[in-house]
Amino acid sequence: MTEWSITNISRRGLLKGFGSAGSLVLAAQILPIRTLSAQETPVYGAAAMPHGTVNNPHVFLSIDPDGGVTIVSHRAEMGQGVRTGLPMIVADELEADWSRVRVVQAPGDEPKYGNQDTDGSRSTRHFMQPMREAGAAARMMLEAAAAARWSVAADEVEAKNHEVTHKPSGRKLGYGELAADASALEVPEKDKIRLKDPSQFRYIGKDMPIIDGFDITTGRALYGIDTRLEGMKYAVIIRPPVFGGKVASLDSAEAMKVPGVEKIIELEGGVEAPSKFQPLGGVAVIARNTWAAIQGRDALKVTWDNGSNGSYDSRAYRKELETTARKPALIVRDDGDVDAAFGEAATTIEAEYYMPHLAQAPMEPPAATARIVDGKCDVWACVQAPQATRVEVSERLGLPIEDVTVNQTLLGGGFGRKSKPDFVAEAALLSKAMGGAPVKVTWTREDDIRHSYYHTVSVERIEAGLDSDGKPVAWRHRSVAPTIGSIFVPDPKHEAPFELGMGFVDLPFAIPNIRCENGEAAAHTRIGWFRSVSNIPHAFAIQSFAGELAAAAGKDQKDYLLELIGPARIADLRSVDSLWNYGESLEVYPIDTGRLRRVVEVAAEKAGWGRELPPGHGLGIAAHRSFVTYVATVVEARVEEDGALSIPRVDVAVDCGAYVNPDRIRSQMEGACIYGLSLALKSEISFKDGRVEQGNFDDYEVARIDEAPREIHIHLAEQNFDIPPGGVGEPGVPPFAPALTNAIFAATGKRIRNLPIRNQLRS
Amino acid sequence: MTNFNLNGREVTIDDDPSTPLLWVVRDTLGMTGTKFGCGVAQCGACTLHIDGEPVRSCVVPLSEAEGRSVTTIEGLSQDGSHPVQQAWVELDVPQCGYCQSGQIMSAAALLAQNPKPSDTDIDEAMSGNLCRCGTYLRIRAAIHRASEMT
Repeated sequence: MTEWSITNISRRGLLKGFGSAGSLVLAAQILPIRTLSAQETPVYGAAAMPHGTVNNPHVFLSIDPDGGVTIVSHRAEMGQGVRTGLPMIVADELEADWSRVRVVQAPGDEPKYGNQDTDGSRSTRHFMQPMREAGAAARMMLEAAAAARWSVAADEVEAKNHEVTHKPSGRKLGYGELAADASALEVPEKDKIRLKDPSQFRYIGKDMPIIDGFDITTGRALYGIDTRLEGMKYAVIIRPPVFGGKVASLDSAEAMKVPGVEKIIELEGGVEAPSKFQPLGGVAVIARNTWAAIQGRDALKVTWDNGSNGSYDSRAYRKELETTARKPALIVRDDGDVDAAFGEAATTIEAEYYMPHLAQAPMEPPAATARIVDGKCDVWACVQAPQATRVEVSERLGLPIEDVTVNQTLLGGGFGRKSKPDFVAEAALLSKAMGGAPVKVTWTREDDIRHSYYHTVSVERIEAGLDSDGKPVAWRHRSVAPTIGSIFVPDPKHEAPFELGMGFVDLPFAIPNIRCENGEAAAHTRIGWFRSVSNIPHAFAIQSFAGELAAAAGKDQKDYLLELIGPARIADLRSVDSLWNYGESLEVYPIDTGRLRRVVEVAAEKAGWGRELPPGHGLGIAAHRSFVTYVATVVEARVEEDGALSIPRVDVAVDCGAYVNPDRIRSQMEGACIYGLSLALKSEISFKDGRVEQGNFDDYEVARIDEAPREIHIHLAEQNFDIPPGGVGEPGVPPFAPALTNAIFAATGKRIRNLPIRNQLRS
Repeated sequence: MTNFNLNGREVTIDDDPSTPLLWVVRDTLGMTGTKFGCGVAQCGACTLHIDGEPVRSCVVPLSEAEGRSVTTIEGLSQDGSHPVQQAWVELDVPQCGYCQSGQIMSAAALLAQNPKPSDTDIDEAMSGNLCRCGTYLRIRAAIHRASEMT
C-alpha cells in the first residue's frame, strides 16, 4: 500500500474522546438557517445525533463458555465495510482473536445501541471511540475476573489474544472460562476505562477481509429482497407517476385473471410535500410469487389525478434555475467587499455549470417484508436508518414503537436511497390489509428509477474578478438547487445549512473578497440524499472553474489550484452564519488548508503530473474536503479523434485522519471513482409532464466495466491517531467529475460545463 | 410440468412455462443467490448457467430449461472453492456484494471458454454485469488471478 505522511497543524487528541450527552432531532438540521441564542450551547458530533452513542459492552458483545465472541454491528452494511470495521475496533480493544469472532446485526433500536442512521459518512467517525470503550471495558472485566479467580492483585494480570495471564506465575485462563464471572462484574465507568495505546493495536489500521466475503461469493448472503417467510405473499405496486398524484379510476378485472394474483389493494395517494417518508400510494397487486404480481400489475387499468406537479418539466425548470442564478440572491457568505473588488478587477470571468437530477439506483432495488402477529409488527428490510423505519412503521400502523421490530438485512447498495423507509411502510400497510399475513414488497427497477428521492438538480454560476496577474481578487458563486428540506418542511425557498455547507460556503480559497449567494428554487419532486449530496454540484463547479481560471491565466492547473487554496492555515469562516461542518465542531475538525494542499501535492506527484503524454491525452486535477475528509483526484483522460473517451489512469490521494481498515478505504475510493464516472458520463433523470422519462438501465445509464479506468491508484495518508477519523464512504465522489472534465479540457481544449458528458465530445 | 437439472439434482416445476427462470429459482425453489436487478437483461445480476452458457435468467422462460442443466451461484461449487470464488475472496472484490453472484457466474463462464483472457476479453464478457459500488477494477484483477489458479 502507498502511504504518505501529513503534517498536521491542528493536533487534537483522538484519545480524549468527544462524546457528551444530548440529542437533536433530524429536523433541526433541515430547518432554515438560524442563529443560536446566547443561552444555547451548540452540540456536535455523535452527541448531536438522535440517541447519541452507547459504549456498554453488554450491548455490543458477548462471550460464550467455549470462548466464541459475538460482536454486534448496529450500523447498516451497504458495501462500505462497516460490519467488519466496527467489530474490528471492539475486538482490538477486547484483545480478542479475530478468528473466534462472529458478527451479528442489530435490529433497529437506537435507545439501546445509539444512533443507527447510516449516512453522512459517520459510522467510524462517531463510533470509533464508543466501540473502543466497549471492547476495553470488557477486557478489564475479564482481567478483574481472572484476578479474583486467582486471588491476585489486578495489576498482576494481563489480557492478550483471547486469554488472561497471571504474569508472575504464567497461569492462563481463556476468555470462555472467565466470561460468566466477568459479565457479572460492574462495567467500569467511562473515565476509568483503560484504552490501549495505538501502538498495541492488533487489527485497527491493518487490512482485514470483509466478514461477509464467503457468504457473498457463494450466494448465501441475505439482502432485503431475499426475505422468505412461511405463507408469505408477494406484492408489487403501481405508484402515481407524478409526485402527489392519486388514483382517479381503477379497473382490476384483467389483473385478477392473471394466474397467481390473489388480491388488489388500493393504497392512499395524493401525498403532498412535505411528505417525509410517507409511501406514495397507488395500487398493490398481491400474488403467490413476484412474477405473477408483476404480470398482474401490467394488466391493471389505472388513470391518475396528477395533482399539483403534473406540469413539472425539467428542461423548463433548468431555464428557471438559470434565470435565478443570473440575479442577486440570498447572501450566505460575504467576505470583504466583493462589489468594490469586482469594480477594480482587471478582467472578469464567469461560467455556469449544470447537473441534472440523478437516481441512486442501488443494484438491489428497495424491498421489504412485513408481518403482523398479535398486534406486533416485524419487518425485514434493507434500510440505512432502521430506527427511522421503526418510527415510520409505527406511525403508519398506529402501533406503539415497542411493538415494531425492524430486522436489518444486508443492503445491496444504499447511496442514500435506503435512508428513506417509504418502501418498508408499504409492506407494513399491505400486511395489515392482508390481516397480518407476511407480505414482501419488491420494487422493480422501473419503480426505483421513477419513484426515488432524487439527487437535486442545480445551476451553479461563478464569477471571478482577476488582477493583472490572473489572480482572483473577487469571487461570487450563486448556487440554485431545490433542497432536501422540501421533504421535511413546507415549501422551503433555500438550501438548508447542511447543503450550503457541502463545499459551497465553506470554500477554503485564499481570496479576500468572497460572496456566496443562494437563489430560490421550489421542489417539484422528492429530493433526497445521494452519495456525497450537494458536494457533487458544488465541487464540479468550483473545481472546473479553478481549471478555467488557470487556463485563462496561462498557468498550470495544479499550481493554480494550490495558489487558490493558499498557504497552510485553518480557514477562517466566521463570516458564515451557522456553518454546518458536517455536524462537527470546528475545533475538532477545522478546515485545514494544509491537509487540502497536501492531498493535491500527493495526487499530482503520484500521477506523474507534468509528464509527457501521448497525443489526445490530458491530466486533470480536483480537490475537495467533504465529510471532514480531504481528497484530491487526478484523472488521465484520452479522447480520440471521433470523441471516444477512455481513462488510462486515476490517482486519488485521501486524508481521512485516523482509520480502521485501509483496504475498505481503498475500495470505497475506487468505487467513488466509478460512481463519479457514472454521473459525469451518462446518468440523467429528466421529467416531462411531471413524470420521470427514464425507467431502467437502458435509458438511465451507469458506468460499465469497459468504461472503467484501466488503473486506479489510491494513496492513503499515513495513520495518525492524533487526527480524529473523517468520513470515507462519500468524499471520493465529488472530485472525480471535475478532475475528469479538467482532463478532457487538457486533452482537447473543450470545456464541459453540463453533465452528463454523454455525446458532447462527438463533434 | 418442466423438468431440468439444477445444480446436480433433477427438479420438476409446476410454474407457468413462460415464467422467467429467475423467479422460478428465487420464489419457487427458494434459492436467493441469483439476484433481481432490472428484469430486462440490462444488469446481469441474475446471471446463471444453462448447459454452461451464461444467461440472464430474468428474460429466459422456464420452458427453455426443459431437459437441460442449470447452475446457479449455489451450485458453482459446494464450498466456495471454485477458482473465481477463491480469487474474489482473495482480492476482497465485493463491496455490498449484491451484483457479485452474477459477476462470478459471468466470470466463471468466461474462464471456461477462455482460460487466459486479456483485459479486452474481460471487458467484453463482463460489460453486461453492472456494479454500482464500482468494483470493476478488482473484478478484472480477480479474473486474472482466477486464471492463474486454473
